[in-house]
Amino acid sequence: MKRVYPREEVCIGCHLCEIACIVEHSASKDIIKAFKAETPRPTARNLVEEEGAISFSVSCRHCNEPPCVQACISGAMVKDYQSGVVRHLEEKCMGCWSCIMACPYGVIRKNPVRKTVIKCDLCPERPIPACVEACPNRALIFEER
Amino acid sequence: MEKEQRGAGALLYYDQNQNYHDFVIERNPDKCIQCQVCLRQCSYSVHGYDERHDEMRADETRCVGCHRCEALCPTGAITIKKNPSDFRDNALWTPWHIKNIYKQAATGGVLLTGMGNPSPYPVYWDRILLDASQVTNPSIDPLREPMELRNYLGAKPDAIEIINGDELKTTFTPQIPIEYPLLFSAMSYGSINLNIHCGLARAAEEMGILYNTGEGGLHPSLYRYGRNTIVQCASGRFGVHRDYLNAGVAIEIKVGQGAKPGIGGHLPGEKIGPEISLTRMIPEGTDALSPAPHHDIYSIEELRQLIYALKEATDYQKLVFVKIAAVHNSAAIASGMVRAGADVIALDGFRGGTGAAPTMIRDNVGIPIELALASVDERLRQEGIRNQASLIVAGGIRCSADVVKAIALGADAVYIATAALIAVGCTVCQRCYTGKCPWGIATNDPYLAKRINPEIAHEKLANLIRAWGHEIQEMLGGMGINALESLRGNREKLRGIGLNEVELQILGIKHAGA
Ligand code: SF4
Ligand code: SF4
Repeated sequence: MKRVYPREEVCIGCHLCEIACIVEHSASKDIIKAFKAETPRPTARNLVEEEGAISFSVSCRHCNEPPCVQACISGAMVKDYQSGVVRHLEEKCMGCWSCIMACPYGVIRKNPVRKTVIKCDLCPERPIPACVEACPNRALIFEER
Repeated sequence: MEKEQRGAGALLYYDQNQNYHDFVIERNPDKCIQCQVCLRQCSYSVHGYDERHDEMRADETRCVGCHRCEALCPTGAITIKKNPSDFRDNALWTPWHIKNIYKQAATGGVLLTGMGNPSPYPVYWDRILLDASQVTNPSIDPLREPMELRNYLGAKPDAIEIINGDELKTTFTPQIPIEYPLLFSAMSYGSINLNIHCGLARAAEEMGILYNTGEGGLHPSLYRYGRNTIVQCASGRFGVHRDYLNAGVAIEIKVGQGAKPGIGGHLPGEKIGPEISLTRMIPEGTDALSPAPHHDIYSIEELRQLIYALKEATDYQKLVFVKIAAVHNSAAIASGMVRAGADVIALDGFRGGTGAAPTMIRDNVGIPIELALASVDERLRQEGIRNQASLIVAGGIRCSADVVKAIALGADAVYIATAALIAVGCTVCQRCYTGKCPWGIATNDPYLAKRINPEIAHEKLANLIRAWGHEIQEMLGGMGINALESLRGNREKLRGIGLNEVELQILGIKHAGA
């Protein structure tokens, strides 16, 4: 399956990938409304890790054998074996954070308002995930490996 | 002199100079989403985030006008403007002179700058017009007819001898084919980083042209682009060894540079990291000082010795370029250079860029490349030695029309450098010497250098050459010429506008209407 791969050597730590993710997953899909009108501000599903000159954006790896799915006790985290995507079904999530503890990449985040979790869904409505498209320096690649 | 962060506990009074800043930053509060991209991208720490009030702030006194924040702001909330605050009008004491005096009175130092001479001297390219064909010699449509831009650099024989009907008897010295009359000019590894060098090398390879290493040696990863490389041998001899000399297709002896004629170079020790120390062959952290002269060249005879030493070291397989800054007697010097055995003469005009130069030198020494080119070409023709060397001009070539005019004035090709840097984002903020280039170009700071993705740089540089190539073809076609070679030195195709007799005479062109 196609996944999003970061390229640390050209990531400039601008965080525009996070901003694009927020806009894509906002109600309005408008950058200014998403940030200024939607409260609380939506949370990004990817995370730029930084230390000095090193930076890269991490998001869900959509593992073949996902520890988050195994850890989920309510059946809210599921692996869609057809598309390969690890999906989160919000209506089933009870906010126990088991998946957060299980994820070896630390890329599942809390939704502070709804007390559930959020994670990367590879932007099902787009041909290329928003973060990849927004990155100004081609530091994110969406490809089959 | 960098101002300390303003804030709690700071004194209220600052040196007079620091408040007379050049730019103001307008941030549209309706558009700003406090994402802080501007803060993260500014290498001069202009932008800040005030957590208590949840708003972005800016210390405009630090802004150099690089426009990085403006370019990256996802909502277009930022506009960088010239500071409208001005001194009383005075045709003699301009704000530029006044501010420079304040700076020097505060520091006692030489004013430093980067990039090329921005002063309002005449730009002769803009006072020269091209001809176009009409009914008697019709124009050519390059989309339908073949149009030749290929060119060969190197000395051409005085005459060609053919035996047995079709066999060439004359032996040629090495020739380098270039597919466009454009080369990337010398920029050293150190003044710019490896990512840019990579982009230049790959673009040169794709487009069939050459790039120039500058005087910093050659990174091992770039030896594979040898067929498209000119290696430079400058007064500091940094990175020069046998393999380096043999790595490219040509060796350039840099005698002078347009941005700072008569001046040596200085790459400060802080910039000599492990990789640069390796290619320059000097210890880490030591200053790289290139002397003003080559200490083994004090005459044309000694230049000849170096030219032939390099030819000998490379088995007469490489072309030897000699680059000088355009100065008052360039024509006589160029004649000497050709007689000393140079295969290519590179002339760098006073608009040429640099990583760092004293401002007064950059803005007041040297001459416009157009005049130097015309006089050198003319002199070499008069002496009957124009065929013995190719002529490349550099220093402020801004567009394809400048290239076409340069060729009609006698050049074989042009060197571009500032235009290449602009292609990858440079906004000519003239702060290359600080090492903090926010576009990741004139810096080796690993955090900033990542801003140049060699792949993107390669694409943009190749696109620039491609685009200029198309335009050059159109202009040639418009003049009824189907090969670049037929335009070289064809001054009949040029006319001056608003130029006086002396200028027209030096350029060797007629006035428009004549
Ligand atoms: S947008 Fe691209 S360059 Fe910027 S932080 Fe994200 S991955 Fe890195
Ligand atoms: S980059 Fe633009 S939107 Fe983001 S904080 Fe700066 S001004 Fe505001």
